[in-house]
Amino acid sequence: MVQQQATFSIWRGDSAGGKTVDYTAEVSEGMVVLDAVHQIQATQANDLACRWNCKAGKCGSCSAEINGMPRLMCMTRLNDLDLTQPVTVEPMRAFPPVRDLVTDVSWNFRVKKKIKKFKPRKPDNPDGSWHMLQGDIDRVQEFRKCIECFLCQDVCHVLREHQMYEEFIGPRYFVYTAALEMHPLDTEDRLPELKQSQGAGLCNITKCCTKVCPENIHITDNAIIPLKERIVDRYYDPLKKLFRMFRPKSEG
Amino acid sequence: MPEYAAHEYDVLIVGAGGAGLRAAIEASAAGVSVGLVCKSLLGKAHTVMAEGGIAAAMGNVDDRDNWRVHFADTMRGGQYVNNWRMAELHAREAPDRVRELEAWGAVFDRTNDGRILQRNFGGHRYPRLAHVGDRTGLELIRTLQDHGIHQGMDVHMECTIVSLLKEGDRVVGAFAYEREHGRFKLFRAKAVVLATGGIGRAYKITSNSWEGTGDGHSLAYHAGAELIDMEFVQFHPTGMVWPPSVRGILVTEGVRGEGGVLRNKEGRRFMFDDIPENYRSQTADNEEEGWRYTQGDKNARRPPELLTRDHVARSIMREVKAGRGSPHGGVFLDISWIKERLKNGAEHIKKKLPSMYHQFKQLADIDITAEPMEVGPTTHYVMGGVRVESDTQMSNVPGLFAAGECAAGINGANRLGGNSLSDLLVFGKRAGEYAAKYAKENRLGEVSKAQIDEVARQALEPFERGGSGQGAFQVQHDLQEMMQDLVGIVRREDEMLQALDGLAKLWERARQVGAPGNRDYNPGWHTALDLTHLLTVSEAITRSALERKESRGGHFRDDFPNKDDAYATFNVVSQRGPDGEMQIRREPLKPIPAELKAIIKEMA
Ligand SMILES: Cc1cc2nc3c(=O)[nH]c(=O)nc-3n(C[C@H](O)[C@H](O)[C@H](O)COP(=O)(O)OP(=O)(O)OC[C@H]3O[C@@H](n4cnc5c(N)ncnc54)[C@H](O)[C@@H]3O)c2cc1C
Ligand code: SF4
Ligand code: SF4
Ligand code: FES
Repeated sequence: MVQQQATFSIWRGDSAGGKTVDYTAEVSEGMVVLDAVHQIQATQANDLACRWNCKAGKCGSCSAEINGMPRLMCMTRLNDLDLTQPVTVEPMRAFPPVRDLVTDVSWNFRVKKKIKKFKPRKPDNPDGSWHMLQGDIDRVQEFRKCIECFLCQDVCHVLREHQMYEEFIGPRYFVYTAALEMHPLDTEDRLPELKQSQGAGLCNITKCCTKVCPENIHITDNAIIPLKERIVDRYYDPLKKLFRMFRPKSEG
Repeated sequence: MPEYAAHEYDVLIVGAGGAGLRAAIEASAAGVSVGLVCKSLLGKAHTVMAEGGIAAAMGNVDDRDNWRVHFADTMRGGQYVNNWRMAELHAREAPDRVRELEAWGAVFDRTNDGRILQRNFGGHRYPRLAHVGDRTGLELIRTLQDHGIHQGMDVHMECTIVSLLKEGDRVVGAFAYEREHGRFKLFRAKAVVLATGGIGRAYKITSNSWEGTGDGHSLAYHAGAELIDMEFVQFHPTGMVWPPSVRGILVTEGVRGEGGVLRNKEGRRFMFDDIPENYRSQTADNEEEGWRYTQGDKNARRPPELLTRDHVARSIMREVKAGRGSPHGGVFLDISWIKERLKNGAEHIKKKLPSMYHQFKQLADIDITAEPMEVGPTTHYVMGGVRVESDTQMSNVPGLFAAGECAAGINGANRLGGNSLSDLLVFGKRAGEYAAKYAKENRLGEVSKAQIDEVARQALEPFERGGSGQGAFQVQHDLQEMMQDLVGIVRREDEMLQALDGLAKLWERARQVGAPGNRDYNPGWHTALDLTHLLTVSEAITRSALERKESRGGHFRDDFPNKDDAYATFNVVSQRGPDGEMQIRREPLKPIPAELKAIIKEMA
């Protein structure tokens, strides 16, 4: 086992401001950035704040910006980084800092609550169950892999640069809405607010969100673009509009 | 005079994993006000990590399955020291609880005819686990979360309960700090439900997250509740062993359910070498039959890799001790071999076990479709917990309920895989229902100022010592090492007595722990406050394990390696004595009714 040392420049601070502080950590085989943060926390800075739970890329707690890239700390291997340079570890920048690597992500939870919940059609069977084929749910299952790490929210310029928290729900919630809208059993209609108050039109398909998603969800191609198409079909396609006057909810 | 924000609820639920969320939904539905408190962000509780599936005898894949078979399997797995009534309720109600998830938006993998698909798992006679690939826990928690937030409950995220509050005998509230700024919160409630999960962090090698510090067990214990079965800790046979930083992270049993096999370094399928008597008639005696079972052949018996977890874990230990292990002290788990049997084998593995594929690829540089994994036992689950009344989930302390992993009874000496997620749903619902009922029948209690002052003072003590006190992380680390070495998978009286001495010293050190810095999101302080819980559960495990002088399920004694019928008649109870010392006693099992006994016999 090659034992070596590396320097980690970790942002320390709170809502009033802060700066990066350099720490040295012992590096051993297979280590990830979260291990280094924990080592520093246990031995040099007991009050260094970070979030984590699963340490295996399943819970989406440990999001941070590592050498400027939004990533999960628990899934970023040190041997994929250049350890001859200090590794910078900073909190997500699209959200207000709480302390050190912890940010205030509560906005995300408030946004979710505003999206209309799942509303199934009547059960197909007397025991309350439904008939659904695997082929009909594959795309919804892709969206439901989301671990709510909010890295896509962090990287999206509409939030990060333009701070449009009031008029835009962000890629995570387009994925969430797509999962509901494309759920074979769902009967709710979420297109009006998606178009009006949730800012689907503000996304200009840069695909930055897709690139950082640790679950490899095709956020733009599979969720956002189809939602945009549905909006276009409904609100801007005259023929379909006429057609819909007779069949209120035709997509599914 | 400590400052705090005060909140009042009919029902306060501590914990937002599967059990807590399900309880909160049920209590809200009953029309009472509900507060839900959790240490992490919503949706991040340990439940999110569950992989394999939810056990429920729906019979979608094999119509011979029904609640009676599930009941008998659960009792056999628990070596008959389970609370039979809970095992019965669980087996009967799990199918409805799973279907209900579908009504709330869950999207399970499907059978060819469009029903919920079920997979094989250790100790379950028929394919029984409803699942979504190997991320079932995520599906479960997200479904409950997304449904729950619309039911009117108040959620207090990143908020930790440090003590329950009492009026006389009755629990009437809880005291907490929020992580962000370390401010205190006082919750007054007519009923409190504990749903705090497990204790894995008492050990060095564990699949549990930082949250698994046994808070609910300890909060209940210090409020006068009885804990039972604390000697029964489940060591899951397959945790990652290499590289060191991922040691303990779980490798789902689903790998074996899909056809994965265990081999030693000589390439031998050692699980065929020792099949326990009570499982022999149900277990394949050749590799071919085992393979056919995993591929759904109803006439085949299950391969020995799918024997119960306690047995598989000990078999692995035996191979390692005999020098037949893998390079890093485990054994080999191979799923890649199924390519010999299935065309598109590699694609099949990625489809069925996507997060395992991902986990090994990213964390260990191993492609599980091409090479074997190295695995070894990891501390995974605690069968023991708060003793509850089977139908209502209320403890012996009025107003205090418990559900999920922190409650005990359903699993006996060993839990079957998949039975936890179903337990969370079945008994989470019941706890919510009966806590709401209790709340409607009782008034809000009074909390004395003296009580609040005292818990607040204790919570702030670590700051008085600051950086000059004992380091919390070091004490925690030393405890984990000690429990791993002395009260782990294989136990002996002399070692456990040594552990008791060690615990006394660690208690002493814990009283001297200091926290540098201030109250804002300070992990050093949080860890200092967790120590009481970790030490309490460690002591209960050790004392209960000393009391059970036999081997059964998750509890294995080197000095008493056999099962002893005399020990099949009671549960070991730990309770706080009048002098504050832990007391251990034996509680006889309730006699099992004839109908249930007949089911067990019929299925044997
Ligand atoms: C990797 C892994 C895979 C698993 N796979 C399966 C599987 O396939 N099938 C299966 O049936 N079981 C599985 N299990 C077991 C199962 O996941 C757990 O037993 C179950 O999720 C526990 O749920 P719970 O609701 O009781 O508690 P948890 O999900 O652990 O939630 C506990 C909650 O309590 C909160 N809490 C704790 N202490 C406090 C406090 N002091 N104050 C406030 N809040 C507190 C926590 O923040 C959290 O919200 C698995 C376990 C692991 C580790
Ligand atoms: S594709 Fe749209 S949502 Fe995604 S980052 Fe770009 S602008 Fe944001
Ligand atoms: S869509 Fe991907 S990046 Fe966005 S929150 Fe979900 S898992 Fe994270
Ligand atoms: S700790 Fe769970 S995703 Fe990193």
